[in-house]
Formats: sequence, C-alpha cells, structure tokens
Amino acid sequence: MQRPIRVLVAKPGLDGHDRGAKVIARAFRDAGMEVIYTGLRQTPEQIVAAAIQEDVEVVAVSILSGAHSTLLPRIKELLKEENADDMLFVAGGVIPDDDIAFLKEKGVAAVFTPGTPTTLAVEFIREHVKR
Amino acid sequence: MKKEVEQAFRSALEQYEQQIERTTARFPERRDVFYSTSKAEVKRLYTPIDVEEIDPLEDIGLPGSYPFTRGVQPTMYRGRLWTMRMYAGFATAEESNKRYKFLLQQGQNGLSVAFDLPTQIGYDSDHVLAEGEVGKVGVAIDSLKDMETLFDGIPLDKVSTSMTINAPASILLAMYIAVAQKQGVSKDKLRGTIQNDILKEYIARGTYIFPTAPSMRLITDIFAYCSKEVPSWNTISISGYHIREAGSTATQEVGFTLANGIAYVEAALAAGLDIDSFAPRLSFFFNAHNDLLEEVAKFRAARRLWARIMKERFGAKNPKSMMMKFHTQTGGSTLTAQQTENNIVRVAIQTLAAVLGGTQSLHTNSKDEALALPTEQSVQTALRTQQIVAYESGIANTVDPLAGSYYIEAKTNQIEEEAMDYISRIDDMGGAPRAIDAGFIQREIMDAAYQYQLDIEKGDNIVVGVNKYQVKEPSPSGLLRVDLSVGDKQKEQLKALRAERDNQAVERALEKLRAVCRSDENVMPVIIEAVKTYATLGEITDVMRDVFGEYRQSVII
Repeated sequence: MQRPIRVLVAKPGLDGHDRGAKVIARAFRDAGMEVIYTGLRQTPEQIVAAAIQEDVEVVAVSILSGAHSTLLPRIKELLKEENADDMLFVAGGVIPDDDIAFLKEKGVAAVFTPGTPTTLAVEFIREHVKR
Repeated sequence: MKKEVEQAFRSALEQYEQQIERTTARFPERRDVFYSTSKAEVKRLYTPIDVEEIDPLEDIGLPGSYPFTRGVQPTMYRGRLWTMRMYAGFATAEESNKRYKFLLQQGQNGLSVAFDLPTQIGYDSDHVLAEGEVGKVGVAIDSLKDMETLFDGIPLDKVSTSMTINAPASILLAMYIAVAQKQGVSKDKLRGTIQNDILKEYIARGTYIFPTAPSMRLITDIFAYCSKEVPSWNTISISGYHIREAGSTATQEVGFTLANGIAYVEAALAAGLDIDSFAPRLSFFFNAHNDLLEEVAKFRAARRLWARIMKERFGAKNPKSMMMKFHTQTGGSTLTAQQTENNIVRVAIQTLAAVLGGTQSLHTNSKDEALALPTEQSVQTALRTQQIVAYESGIANTVDPLAGSYYIEAKTNQIEEEAMDYISRIDDMGGAPRAIDAGFIQREIMDAAYQYQLDIEKGDNIVVGVNKYQVKEPSPSGLLRVDLSVGDKQKEQLKALRAERDNQAVERALEKLRAVCRSDENVMPVIIEAVKTYATLGEITDVMRDVFGEYRQSVII
C-alpha cells in the first residue's frame, strides 16, 4: 500500500479567517492524507521551512486578505531556492479571477475559490502530486 | 387556554396528526427530517401546546422592559429607525475619508471604520509583516496624522463612529479623542463604539496581540476610563458575528458570545468597578443569516438571556445594565462567488431578520464581497436594501411583530436554553478564557463548520448557484482593487513623520507608557499623551509587547 500524501496547510499573511483552512485540513485528513496545519500569521519563510521540515508533498495555502499577489509568488520562489520545487503548491481563498492567471504564471498549480467542493481539491491533489 | 378549549384543541390536533399519517403515506414530504441552517430540527407544525409553559409577562414582557425579549426601546422603530451603518475603509486615510463623505451624503447616519490588518495587529506600514497587507482590508493608520486625515471635515460631535479594532483598541480610541480635541469637541460629546473584544479574536477572528491577562486588563482600563471621561462611548462590542462566520450554529453564537460577555463583566468586577457604572455601555454584535425565523428567535433569545444574567447573576440594578443593545451585520459567509446578483436577495432576507429581531444598527453586505472589497455601486445597493425595508416593507411600523408566533416563541425558548447550557459548561471549565485555552470553543465551532460543508457537498444543504442551479458565467469585472502603491505611500509618510516630529517627546511618552504598563495604573491617559506626540501605533504597541508579551495560538483542526 502507498503511504498517505503529506500536506502542509498554511495561512500566510495577517488575516485571521481560518475557517477555510481548517475545513480543507479536515477534508484532506478524511480523504486519508496526513495533514499539518501551521496556524495563523505565517511568513513565506516560515511556511517553506515548515514544508521542508515536515517533508510534505503538497503545500496548500489559504488566504483571504488580498495579499496573495505579494505572498504566494514569494513562497514559490523560496521553494525553488530550497530545491523543493517538486512540492505541489495550491491555494484557496477570496482571489479574483484576474489574479489567478498571474498566480498560475508564478507557479501556483491551482487556485480554489469560494464555493469549490472540498472533494475537487482532494481530487486535484491526488492527480497532480508528484511521487 | 381555557380547559374546554384546550381539550377541543388537543383532539383536533390528534385528528390532524392521523390525517397527516395518511397523507404522507401517499405523498411523502420533501425530506424525513427538516433542519434549520444551524441543524436544529424543525417540526412540521407549532401550536399553542409548544408555548403553554411561556409566561407572557415574565418571559416575553413588553418592549423597553425587563427581560427585553421584545426589544430595548418602548417604541422601537416607530420612534427612530435603526442606525444604517456601513463598514468601510480601504487604502489610505484620504480615500477612506472620501468614501465616508459619500456614505454620509447617501443618507447613512453613522460611520464604521475598517482598519487594515497591520493596524489591527499593531504594526506600522513599514513593518516586515505588513508587506502586501497595507490598506487591503481596511484603512492604514500609523499615527494620529492618518487619523486626522481620516476624519477631516467630519464633525465628531455630529456622527457616531464605530471602530472595528480590538487588541490595540486603547490606542485608536486615544487617537479619536485627540482628533476630537483638535476639532474642539470635548470627550463627553463623543458617541461611538470600539469593538475591543479580544476573546473572540482568540476564538475566531485572529487579530490578537497580547496574552489573555494583560488583554483583559486593557479592556477593563478602557471601561474605567470611559465611564468617567467618555460617558456616551460604547466601550466594547461583544461579538458573535465572527464566531458565526467561523461556522458556528445560531445557538453557539449566542452561548459563546454571552460567555465572553460574562468574562468581561467578571474581569471588571474583579478590578473593583461597580456593575452599573460600566454595564450600560456594553454592546453586542451579531450576525444575520439566511434562516429568517431562526435568526429572529436568536436575537430575542440573546436579549432575554443577557437581561437575566445581568440581573440574576450579577445583581445589576440599573435596567440599562440589563439591556442588550446590538449591531448586526448580514452574514458574509452566506454570500456566493457564483451568480453574485443572488446575494442581493440573501442580504434582503438577512436584513428582515435583523430588523424583525430588533437590532440597533445594521451593516448590509454588498453582493461582490465573496470576490473582493465592494465597489461604491454595490455598497449603494446594499444601503438601499436597508432603506427599502425601513420605508417600504412596513415591518418597522409595529414593535416585534413576530412575537406570539408559536414557532418564534418556542424557538426563542429553545435557543435560550441551549445557549445557557453552553454557558454552564464553560462556567464548569472556569470561564471563557479557560475554555478558549483548552480549545473547547474553537473545536465546537469547527465541528459545526465542517458538518455544514459536508451537508453542502452531500446536497443536504442547498446553496442556490453553488450546488444547484449552477450556470456557466463569465469572470466578474469591475472589482475594486487596492493597488500596492498604498504601502509605499504610507512608508514615505512614516519616514517624513519620524523626521519632523519631536522625537524626544515621543521617547519620553513611550517611557512613561512603559512604566504605567508595569504598574496597575490606568493606561488610557498615557496612551492619549503618547499619540499626541505622534508616536506611531507600532511604537506604542511595541512597548506594550515588551511588557506584556505576545499571545500564542493553540492550533486546532
């Protein structure tokens, strides 16, 4: 049997809206994944350090503050610097469509906006995780 | 009911139920069990039997009298409509000032200030953690200078201002007082509210700074200071709103909010304050969700339960101490990113709930808020929704019109009982701060939130446009964007401020603040002194961080 997928669920930036992060963390767990949740107010540096330390295959960030275009590309850059670029990097939150194209260009594999069923995020990860 | 009437009624009810059995055998109902949004079972029919234990005087009473089930004012909206208060603020103080003037022009009668996250967490715009966040979800305030710009041309003796600020509430209140003084408005003329509710920040909203004990001390310092110096100011807005947004049920919203309220009262009593000196200035803040009748019952239950707690548990004598006055905001998490026009209808239903529930003020969300900050146009529609309910729907013409409905009264009772049950459990744990440290409240909310999501995914909960009646639609356009230059602008202004102010005066004020933080003296007067020297929000908060330390969140999923 394959070992479970390891996911880091992270909250970058200062916003405290963690309902989405916690719901998706539980959904990943119920789908058989191993989930580590960072808690609030994580800098890109902290998130990448946690991802490496926990040896995860997926970094899933939740952001609702509007700071996504600053913080998400930074996380991706740091992952590259740490040679952890093979980690699947996905995001969710209140993110306008116009910004999604930009974020994908910057290496975010998928952006899940409000109303997305958790099952869709689970499927995406199963299909795209590199192992 | 008279005995013979009751007998006749009971036998008629029996017949009805027999008939229902036959009918449903042939035409089954849409589902086996019906639930409210909060997953409370809803019966097919409510009758006088459901409300026979209710005492019309003791339990329901009359508007303006204990236990205030029917409202805190004797005439409610016949006297004066609720305050229409739209939460607004973004980018710089100049831009927000323009939005406020626009809203006042549109007939709004109170301001409600949204601060950006660095301000809410006590960081200046040039702090490394503020990167990308400046001006995003609210206005950036670094010093008294920004606050002067924010209220430029707005006479502070004429408007009431609500500020959504918690951990650094003392600092923003100090700045407001200082701006008023510059306008020549004395403290006793100021009307407004600071949210100042740290417990729900630990539970649900996340903008905490200091650990629990010093946070509670700051809050009681504000209570004590304002009771003498700013008597018309609401010193706290004990908030269920964010608890509900985090996914709680209606009952949990009432139970956890009132448990937090009890903790604040106990802290103030422990600091030696007299209950009737501060309790009249406590105010509350609730959510208005889609389940119209459940929400109306929730507001009524909350009001009655708080009155009983204040009178019976804390021995308040002044009826004003027992009155639960509250602000309401429509439920942000009920809005969908899909078919955003539908959100206008949701907001209208929620507005009805808030008004039928007897709110004192209301913010209505705009249709585009699941996507971005609202545009001026969508804010106007949201405000118009309130105005239509106020002037066209007729529901404001009689007080508490749903009272006496079998369902509403039974539901009011049920929510009060279940909320009281939560309060008792929290009491057993040693009060709300302990229950939060143990993660109990967060876990209960999370369980409800996850259940709600699962019910949507199973199709047990229908959200129109999301899991039923979906359409393919183009990307929304014309969303409001805050551009990143706001951060640079704030940084430049900070640099200029630090160069031109009297830095020795700033140093002296901050040292004085440090000494007072270490003592048990009230912090408010020294904070006011400090903001007047143009010490920044970040500098003041840093001194307090130094003395008080920082809160560490317990991570619960």
